[in-house]
Amino acid sequence: MTAMKEFTKGFIKENPVFILVLGMCPTLAVTSSVKDALGMGLSATFVLLCSNIIVSLIKGIVPTKIRIPMFIVVIATFVTIVDMAMAAFMPPLHKSLGLFIPLIVVNCIILGRAEAFASKNNVFMSVMDALGMGLGFTFALVVLGTIRELLGAGKILGFPILPQVYQDSPMLVAILAPGAFITLGFILAVINLLNKRGK
Amino acid sequence: MELLSQIMIMAVGAIFINNFVLAKFLGICPYLGVSKKLDSALGMGMAVIFVMTMASAITWLIQSYLLVPFNIEYLQTIAFILTIASLVQFVEMVIQKNAPALYKSLGVFLPLITTNCAVLGVAILNLTADNGLPYNFGFSILNGFFSGVGFTVVLVLMAGIREKLEYAELPASMKGMPIALIIAGSMALAFLGFAGLKF
Repeated sequence: MTAMKEFTKGFIKENPVFILVLGMCPTLAVTSSVKDALGMGLSATFVLLCSNIIVSLIKGIVPTKIRIPMFIVVIATFVTIVDMAMAAFMPPLHKSLGLFIPLIVVNCIILGRAEAFASKNNVFMSVMDALGMGLGFTFALVVLGTIRELLGAGKILGFPILPQVYQDSPMLVAILAPGAFITLGFILAVINLLNKRGK
Repeated sequence: MELLSQIMIMAVGAIFINNFVLAKFLGICPYLGVSKKLDSALGMGMAVIFVMTMASAITWLIQSYLLVPFNIEYLQTIAFILTIASLVQFVEMVIQKNAPALYKSLGVFLPLITTNCAVLGVAILNLTADNGLPYNFGFSILNGFFSGVGFTVVLVLMAGIREKLEYAELPASMKGMPIALIIAGSMALAFLGFAGLKF
């Protein structure tokens, strides 16, 4: 039962983006389309899953003093794997995510979960935690990406949704840099409002 | 003269046109986290300028004399993040020993910088040299320095606005992070205007 709780907490109660406000750089940078958001979310989930497994396996061996550098090396290894695999199999996605793939290393969510959860719990729990947090991160990115792509291009995943008239002159600012900040700001405000109503 | 104008173009480009925070979405976490007070924003900014300049220099040396000669460029991410982490630790120790006054004002910010994606970002961006400038030691250092200055300018502006914002009457659900993000969005909108600058 607790395993299920570790899995679901990442979606709503402790959503890394909407509630904890972590990992802002990729959240804002790659959500100009749903496709990029999905690619980034799943890459980060993969890295988080692998690093959580390794960290929880080596938790007894690593001296406490050098644990942070060790965690970073583990994370950087998996990021390199993702980087090279994506460059080989999905070159267009690799190109559009660009700099933000190597920057998964410094995503605070991943180091945060390694330090706060995986280094204290067993492998199974760490897997559940990683899947929950990773998919929660992906979910948040996709929500943001959907809103921005719909407003900024009138499409979702490249399929036209809004009428042609809108697509000819969309609200371009939504897919530019300012749109990212403003959209996330309003989403957080709505979540605050809902949280208050719920209480 | 040629050199001087190149440096000027680089400075304006890094500080205003391709601002690290508002155009490239790097270093968002400290931008939102440390911008509540003007003093701490200034301290953080100075620490970031310092570390980014140093990191640009060291990662350039590592890339040119270690990774390229041995054909191990794929280890870039791991090598860079480890270098930056140890550099920050080293800088912290040196400052603590030799300049206690400086340590008092910068000290608390230094450990935070390791997970600042702007530092790793500038190290990787220096290598791609997509800004049309020659890729060499001097220009890497200057790019690191000017990018740090760009970060500081935006951070200090943000802190100034947020200090005034304390007195504004806001809806309860907009307080804190949501309004900060919306202000960041407005600032990004203003900085978008610099994109029209041509030399």
